[in-house]
Amino acid sequence: MYKKKIAVFIIVFILFFAVESGAETIDNCIICHKSQEGLLKEPADNIEHDVHFKRGLSCFDCHGGDQTKEDLIEAMDPAKGFIGKPKRNDIPHFCARCHADPAYMRRFNPNIQTDQFAKYNESQHGKLNAQGDQKVAVCISCHDVHGVRQKDDPLSPVFITNIPKRCASCHADKEYMKDYFLPTDQMEQYEQSVHGEALLKKGDRGAPACNSCHGSHDAALPRAISVGNVCAQCHSLTRDLFAKSPHKAAHDNLGIPECEACHGNHKIMRTSDDMLGTAGDGLCVKCHKVDSKGYSVAGSMRSAIETLKTGIKESQDVVANAENMGMDVSDAKFDLDNAKSSLIKSRTYVHSFSKDKVGEITKEGIGISDKAKEKGRKAVSEFNFRRKGFAVAIVIILFLACALYLKIRRMEKS
Amino acid sequence: MNQQKITRRDFINYILGGGLLAFLLSAVYPIFRYINPPEGAETAVSDVVAAKVGDMPPNSGKIFKFGDKPGLLINTSSGKLLAFDAVCTHLNCTVQFDPQSNFIWCPCHNGHFDLNGNVISGPPPRPLEKYALNIRGDDIVVSKS
Amino acid sequence: MQNLPKKLYDWFDERYQITGFKDFFAKKTVPVHKHFVWYYFGGITLFFFCVQVVTGILLLFYYKPSAAEAFESVKFIMNKVEFGWLIRSVHSWSANLMIFSAFVHLFSNFFLKSYRRPRELTWITGAFLFFIALGLGFTGYLLPWNELSFFATKVGTQIAGSVPFVGHYLRTILRGGEEISDATLTRFFAFHVMILPLVAAAFLGIHLLMVQLQGMSEPLSVVKNPNKRPMKFFPNFLLRDLFVWLLLFAGLLTLSVMFPWELGKKADAFAPTPAGIKPEWYFLWMFETLKIIPSKILSFDGEVLGILGFGVAGMALVIIPFIDIWSRKEKRNPLFSIIGIFAIIFILFMTCMSYFGPQK
Repeated sequence: MYKKKIAVFIIVFILFFAVESGAETIDNCIICHKSQEGLLKEPADNIEHDVHFKRGLSCFDCHGGDQTKEDLIEAMDPAKGFIGKPKRNDIPHFCARCHADPAYMRRFNPNIQTDQFAKYNESQHGKLNAQGDQKVAVCISCHDVHGVRQKDDPLSPVFITNIPKRCASCHADKEYMKDYFLPTDQMEQYEQSVHGEALLKKGDRGAPACNSCHGSHDAALPRAISVGNVCAQCHSLTRDLFAKSPHKAAHDNLGIPECEACHGNHKIMRTSDDMLGTAGDGLCVKCHKVDSKGYSVAGSMRSAIETLKTGIKESQDVVANAENMGMDVSDAKFDLDNAKSSLIKSRTYVHSFSKDKVGEITKEGIGISDKAKEKGRKAVSEFNFRRKGFAVAIVIILFLACALYLKIRRMEKS
Repeated sequence: MNQQKITRRDFINYILGGGLLAFLLSAVYPIFRYINPPEGAETAVSDVVAAKVGDMPPNSGKIFKFGDKPGLLINTSSGKLLAFDAVCTHLNCTVQFDPQSNFIWCPCHNGHFDLNGNVISGPPPRPLEKYALNIRGDDIVVSKS
Repeated sequence: MQNLPKKLYDWFDERYQITGFKDFFAKKTVPVHKHFVWYYFGGITLFFFCVQVVTGILLLFYYKPSAAEAFESVKFIMNKVEFGWLIRSVHSWSANLMIFSAFVHLFSNFFLKSYRRPRELTWITGAFLFFIALGLGFTGYLLPWNELSFFATKVGTQIAGSVPFVGHYLRTILRGGEEISDATLTRFFAFHVMILPLVAAAFLGIHLLMVQLQGMSEPLSVVKNPNKRPMKFFPNFLLRDLFVWLLLFAGLLTLSVMFPWELGKKADAFAPTPAGIKPEWYFLWMFETLKIIPSKILSFDGEVLGILGFGVAGMALVIIPFIDIWSRKEKRNPLFSIIGIFAIIFILFMTCMSYFGPQK
């Protein structure tokens, strides 16, 4: 009786362990590395938020070996395909074993790009890496390793607001870059620029980061001829005007990059009207000699815009005055907004380099601004009308009060 | 019959009467002007006449004033009327209707919106607010939906 | 037309025997003495009330009583309607002047003991008219639906909710719900435009009728030593009344034109309460008192005690004619004058504290 029970118990006991050990694949890589210290421990700690790990891949899927074995030698056995830490120059190939294989990547994300390796090989980084350069960027330089996050994860180093910092980690380091013939002030310049302010300070993810102009895997300097196209991704209207203007042919012939010639590349600042024209900080005189056609067009465009600005300022003063008096000026302010839109438009159309076109727009803007000024004046005269009407009413009332007083006195005398 | 002399008493009565008349007129005049409804007799913020029917040819757009801000009225090529808040959700430029592409476009940084107000491309982070449209007689009346 | 006034008079007299009325009014007199000036204040309050009715009706032409449209409609009146700015500014100023003159009328009659026999009911209807005026002020204040009025109403209805037992019910009835909302505006509008004016008209009718029937009360000091000959009400006192009203009208116009009433920002129910929200000046003394009362008095909630205190004071105000039994016998009891002076000082002091004291 007892013997039977014990036999059943032993069988269940053994089955339990058998089932237990088969139920989950013990990942000895992680277990062992977690018990290490320092650099050996890091991979195991970071892997938990790694996108590969979350999709069911683990150490052995990249590094090979046998994760079921507890013993060091058996687990990291090259016969079992253990690669270990790849050489730095081999890293792109290491990642591309999967990432350049569309059939494989389909399993995880049917839409993911698989051309990164091919692009990398065409890039400056890729070319130098092929020559054995030990400092140039490889996949893990930008994407990190073992704790790789997707690019739409704000904690990822390649999330758009983090990209400038990541590129600058090499490109702004003078010591690191001393063997390459590249400047190291791009990040400093970019941070001061209008794009840097938008992306880094205001978090506007519509603003360009380094890769927006330079590419990411295929990073290279844009050639002069393509600068205009790069800017045109966002500034399409301005670029269209430029392309139709006489400047396009001139720039192409002289090999001068289009937008960059006046606006710079990394330190693109908020534009000001001072950049336009022939006086002071005007950029046009860099190329256009005094008394040339370009010189006179520059001057005309500038003075048209200045006229519009003056007109708008005058109207603003009149309207603000009326508003201070307590009058309603919402219609006038709406007109002023439209006039300001004309001003913005005229600055865009500077890139057509046609004084007629710019003049047409500023004239329209002045018309609108004059309307606003008129409304402001009407509000002020309404205010004065009210005061005058009030004075008249008071005079009538006091006159009547006097008459009444006299009437009462007369009545009570008799 | 004696010519009646205007006595002091009559004089006071006259100026009293005259003063009273002037006072009544100056009190009644504003009231009469007040009860005469002003033009655009709607509280023109929640409810705005954007245009007259027939003002808008098909496949065209028009900017109108809605409260303090610009609004965009569109007549599509199939004759459907649409109205949006015309302030671009990126950096507040005024958007416009592009009849060639049939989209709403912002000239500042090339943002595009479709005719539901949704962002198609470019930097704008949010869709455009859509307004409600009604036809009242000859008027196209736009109000917040 | 020869002698048109007489012809008209005869036409009505033939049908309605108005000669009796006419003679009655012709005989009506007003006593003349050193406290004569206070007799004007009833008429002054009435004058401002009439201004309110006229300007209020005009505002009704354009005002829209919903949370979505109220503010915009007042803005429309101020900016687009011809003379709208004037009508609205006059309405706001005249409201305050009416309540001020109601205070003066109340206190002057209190000190002159006009409430004593036989004028008890005149006092009681007057007390109710005073409360109605305050109610009109409170309900009207919310109607522009701007930031100040929204939060002032929130605070005011919150205080109403502190009344023991019925407080929550009272607050819900006032607010039309748990919070200040569109529903609140609708019922405040109903109160301000229909309910309170009708009740006021009824009480006013009774109040004026009684004054006409019984004539003006004479202060005790004068009754004992009547000196001057009384003045005929019609036309002498009436013309004086009109004279005073004319000057006040000029003053009202000056205030409305030179110090136009602000509109401010539209109310936003989800915005935090702006710092320093106060009710209108005529409620400030009550507000400040409630702020100052310690939160616990002998295990009772301080604020509740304060509210109950005001309630008791209000009721006492109504039945003063029956409390001041000495006045019935035409005797003076300085106690009541002292109470009155104390009340005025308290109200003035608390109002000043609210403006100049520590702003919490």
